[in-house]
Amino acid sequence: MGPLLVSLYVFVLAGFLGFELINKVPPTLHTPLMSGANAMSGITVIGALTLATVAEPRVSTILGFLAIALATINVVGGFLVTDRMLATFRRRR
Amino acid sequence: MRTADVTALAALGSIALFVVGLKRLSRVRSARSGNQLMAAGMLVAVVLTLFELGRVDWRWILGGVAVGAGVGVATVLRAKATAMPEIVARFNGFGGAASALVAVSLFWAAVVEDPTATSAVEALGVTAAATAVLTVLIGGVTLSGSVLAELKLRGTVEGPARLPGRSLAMAVLLGLGVAAGWEAVVAHDATLPVVGMLVLVAASLLIGVVLVLPIGGADMPVVISLLNSLSGLAAAAAGFALDDPLLIIAGTVVGAAGLILTQIMCVAMNRSLLNVMVGGFGGDVEADTSEYVNVRSSDAEEAAMVLEAAERVIIVPGYGLAAGRAQNAAHEVAKALIALGVEVRFAIHPVAGRMPGHMNVVLAEAEVPYELLVEMDRINQDFPQTDVVIVVGANDVVNPAANTQPSSPIAGMPILDVASARRVFVIKRSLSPGYAGIKNELFERDNTVMLFGDAKQVLDDLAAHLHLARR
Repeated sequence: MGPLLVSLYVFVLAGFLGFELINKVPPTLHTPLMSGANAMSGITVIGALTLATVAEPRVSTILGFLAIALATINVVGGFLVTDRMLATFRRRR
Repeated sequence: MRTADVTALAALGSIALFVVGLKRLSRVRSARSGNQLMAAGMLVAVVLTLFELGRVDWRWILGGVAVGAGVGVATVLRAKATAMPEIVARFNGFGGAASALVAVSLFWAAVVEDPTATSAVEALGVTAAATAVLTVLIGGVTLSGSVLAELKLRGTVEGPARLPGRSLAMAVLLGLGVAAGWEAVVAHDATLPVVGMLVLVAASLLIGVVLVLPIGGADMPVVISLLNSLSGLAAAAAGFALDDPLLIIAGTVVGAAGLILTQIMCVAMNRSLLNVMVGGFGGDVEADTSEYVNVRSSDAEEAAMVLEAAERVIIVPGYGLAAGRAQNAAHEVAKALIALGVEVRFAIHPVAGRMPGHMNVVLAEAEVPYELLVEMDRINQDFPQTDVVIVVGANDVVNPAANTQPSSPIAGMPILDVASARRVFVIKRSLSPGYAGIKNELFERDNTVMLFGDAKQVLDDLAAHLHLARR
């Protein structure tokens, strides 16, 4: 099996996994779930990290730097905002 | 074992944290810890990647992480609690943008900056080149779509309800983007690939604008969850381009989760995703926009007298509640009624508001206990035994036309059956129609009384009168 096929297998199985994990989520959690999942999509930061590894300010390095910054905002901000939302959900009378 | 193998093996730990975290995030009790587990998974992934990079120049990396973390923390700390939906939309756009930038950077390093390279297809391979184009396309749509969605949530941009020639414009832009992407990765030329890539970026940004611009109202939750799904798919596509399974798995899981949420939102409106994306409600269906007759209105004082005598009250919040920042006032009314011994609950329509679960977040922020929030399917049967319903800033989701008029643009959409309650108070600024652009026959019913005015003001008045009644 070639590397592309392996990647395709991973892709399809991860798709099923996503469907199974999220099924029947209560409406109360729709926004936090979206927000948390959104933070997780900032995983692209680990791709970006491999693209800004030289000191010389080439275009590709600058683009990589921007990608790191934006993805980190997504990750840090996303998990924080989700935590802040969920904190309000725990308060009871 | 090589370093790469060790880190790849350790990355499984990161995936496990993501999976368990997401599972826990989908249950109310464990949600917060689930989110923290996911954050830990992300930290593990980043640390592993840095470890694997080894001896490189760290300045850009550290700079990017520092800037990103600083801006991320500052944005969340400075945000008002009511602005959460906008913040979520913005972060989503940044995620898409980051994935697109990763792909452009990969392309630039392989084609423009490498003097030996001829084309991206030859330098990166067919799979990486094709998925890099796909990443730019999806990431660009996510960025511009999310930015526009944030502006719409803020109310900065209204956007026309119908955009003429929208489907055609989308098809043309998509065709242009694919053609430009093709040129970018296969052309043997010094400038053509660069031009192709820039056109691809521009086309993908424009697609996002055309996609989101005419969408509003109850369709907004659909488009927001779709954009959420796209940001995940962009990361997954970047994973294919970089041949990184962690990116593929995490991105795809987010993509699938977003699609489920999109599906839930569509079902809540009895419409297909395609129907929502084509834009606007109805279109060729004859909409009833005739003048209102027999509308009765009253004021807070009289309404409070009716409420005092009630045993069971249900409050139905809609986007108007969030837009009017009236959630605290609504909670005050609920507390005043509870103090009078009245049973109070909030009925939540799945697409009330502008994003999935919008009403839940807004009311949680006002510290309304979530046990008081009841979803549509569970509360609809209770309306006939309910003395008073207070509708605050909701319109299409309580329009009986969905059940009674087969020709209505919203026919078949599940609604909150408020009309079957004994008395309905509707707090609204005017008789203007909701997003569907149709008349709401609820306002003409004999048991409906309009309370015209600003949602917060009317609710404050109601609460004041109810507090007086206690003494």
